[in-house]
Amino acid sequence: MAEPRTASTPSTPAAAPARPAERAPEPAPAGAPASGAARPPLRHRLAERGIDRMLLLLLPAVATLIALFLYPMLYGVGLSLQPRSGGIFANYVAFFTDPYQSGTVWKTMRLALPAALFNVLASVPIAYRLRGRFRGKRLLTAILVLPVTLGTVLVADGILRYFGPRGWFNRVLLELGLIDEPLRLIYNYWGVLFSLIITGFPFAFLLVLSYMSGIDPTLERAAATLGAGPWQRIRRITLPLLAPGLATTFILSFVLAFSVFPSANLVGEPADETRVMAIAAYQAAFEKYDYTMASTIAVLMGAFELVVIALVLLWRGRMYTGHTGGKGA
Amino acid sequence: MSATGTTAARAAGPAPGFLRRALRAGPYAWIVWGGVAFFLVNLAALILSVVVNSFAVNWFDSWLPSAFTANWYAEAWREFNLADVLLVTLIVALVVVALSLLLGVPAAYALARRDFAGKRAVLLLLMLPVLLPPITYGIPLATLMYKIGLAGSLAGVIAVNLVPAMPFVVLVMTPFIEQIDANIESAARMCGAGTRQVFTRVLVPLLIPGILAAAVLVLVRTVAMFELTFLVAGPDSQTLIVALYSAAFTPGIRAAQAIDAMAVIYTLLSAVLLVIALSFVNPTQIVAQVKEVSPE
Repeated sequence: MAEPRTASTPSTPAAAPARPAERAPEPAPAGAPASGAARPPLRHRLAERGIDRMLLLLLPAVATLIALFLYPMLYGVGLSLQPRSGGIFANYVAFFTDPYQSGTVWKTMRLALPAALFNVLASVPIAYRLRGRFRGKRLLTAILVLPVTLGTVLVADGILRYFGPRGWFNRVLLELGLIDEPLRLIYNYWGVLFSLIITGFPFAFLLVLSYMSGIDPTLERAAATLGAGPWQRIRRITLPLLAPGLATTFILSFVLAFSVFPSANLVGEPADETRVMAIAAYQAAFEKYDYTMASTIAVLMGAFELVVIALVLLWRGRMYTGHTGGKGA
Repeated sequence: MSATGTTAARAAGPAPGFLRRALRAGPYAWIVWGGVAFFLVNLAALILSVVVNSFAVNWFDSWLPSAFTANWYAEAWREFNLADVLLVTLIVALVVVALSLLLGVPAAYALARRDFAGKRAVLLLLMLPVLLPPITYGIPLATLMYKIGLAGSLAGVIAVNLVPAMPFVVLVMTPFIEQIDANIESAARMCGAGTRQVFTRVLVPLLIPGILAAAVLVLVRTVAMFELTFLVAGPDSQTLIVALYSAAFTPGIRAAQAIDAMAVIYTLLSAVLLVIALSFVNPTQIVAQVKEVSPE
C-alpha cells in the first residue's frame, strides 16, 4: 500500500511534509506480521530517525554544494597529490622545504592574527559604550558600519593616497613637527594591516555590538545592587558573558583577514614582505600554470586556517556557553 | 554635576544621545570616543582623498590639486566600458540572489523543522564555504571550470558566487523559520490547505522580512565578492570590483584619476545598496540571527 505513494512522490516533493509524521505512530499494516514480524516498513523506520520526504527540500541545496564546493575541494586535494614529478607528497615537501613558499604561512599569520585581534578588542569598549538605547545610536552604528561597503580596492586606493609620503596623513604630522620625514606606510606590512583593519573593523564591531546587546542589562544592575563597582561589573559580569561571542567574532574576523589578497597586492609588497599564501597560490595557478602546486597551497591554506579556528573553538569550549538572558539569546 | 550636564545639553538643543553621553562620561569614555573619532576622521580623509583625486587635473606635492575637472568620470565611463561592466554586475548579483533564495530557503525550512541523522554533516557542508577562505576552494573550482569551458562565461561567474551565497541564505533563514510556530502550519493544514498553499499563503508572507534581509545581504556580498569572480571571470564577464582591481593593478596604463573615479562610482553603488539594506534590516538584529547558528 505504501509503495506506490513513495514512488510517486519524488516528482511532487511539494506534497510531502507532515504526512509521514502523522503515520509514524500507526501500527504496522495488517499484512506485515505475516512476512516479517519485527520489521515495520522501511519508510517508518526512517521516519523514526527524522528522515522523511521533507528532506527532499534539502536536496537541491546539498546537491549544488556537492557539485560546486565538495567535489572541487576533493578534486583539489587529489590534484595536490599528483605532482608533476616525485612521489605523492612531493608538492607538500617542496612547499615546506622552499623558504620562499613556506614563509608565506608566517607572513599570512603575521597579518591576519594581529588584524583580527585588534578588530575584536577595539570593538569591545566601543560596543560597551553603545549598548542600550539612546537617540542617534542607529546613526552612529551606520557610520561605523559604512566602511563595509567600501570594498578592498577603494580602501587600497585611499591608503595609497592618504598614507602615501605626500598624503594628508604625513603632511599633518610634518606640519605639527611630530616627524622629520614622511613615515613609510604604504607598499609594506603597515599598508596591508591598515587595509585589513579598515575593512574588518566594521564587521567585527557589528558582531560584538549584537552580542553585547544580547546580554540582559538587569544582570549588571543586580551586580550593582550587590555592591559591585563599574570595573567589577565589566570584569565579572559582562566579559565572561561576552567571551564566547568574542571567540566567534575573532574566528570570523580571522577568516576575513586570512584570505587577504587584493590589498596585499595593491598596498603591500607582494614580492616579499606581504607575499601571503593567497598570492603564492594564485601565482602557482595563473602565472606558472602549475595547478597541482596551486591546489597544494590552497589545501594548506585551508588546513592552517582550520587549525587556528579549532584552537579558538577549544578555548571557547571551556567557557560559559549558556544563554545570556537578553533579547538576542 | 550630571544635572548641569543635562541642562546644558538641553539648552544646546536636541543633541544626539551619544554626544550627551560622551559629555557627562568619565576619562575612560573620553579615550574610547577619542579613538572612535580618530578612526572616523582618518577614514573620512582617506575616502575624501580618493574623491578629491578623482576630480583633480593634477595632484602632486600640495595640499590640494591646482584645478578641478569632472572629465575623469566621462573617461572612466568610456575607457572601462562601465555601462557593460555595470550591466554584468547587476545580472550576476540578481541571478545569484534569486538562485540562492530558491535553493536556500527550502533547505533552511527542512533544517529548521527536522532533526535527522546526518544533520550535523549537512550543517558542516553549509558552514565550510562560509568559513574557508574563498581562494581555498576558488582555485580548484576555477581549475575545473577552465577544464569544462565554463570559465570566462557569465554562467561560470554566477556558479562560483553561489558557493558562498547559498549557504549564507540557509544560515540566515534557519533561525528565522525556527521562530515561526509550526502550529500555524498545522492549523492551515487542518483547514484544508495543501502544501503548496501552506507555502504560498502562510510561510512566505511570514518569511518576507527574513527573505528580504537575506536577499539584500547576498546582493551586497556578491557585488563585493572579489576573489571568486576574479578567478573565473573573462573579459566579458567581469564585475565592477574585478574591473576596478585590474585597472588598479596595472597602473600607468590608465590615469590614476580615472581609476579613482571608477572607485568612487563603485562606492556610490555599494553605498546605495547599503542604504537600501539598512532600511530593511536592523544591522544588529541580523547578526544576532546569524549568531545562533555560528560555529559551536
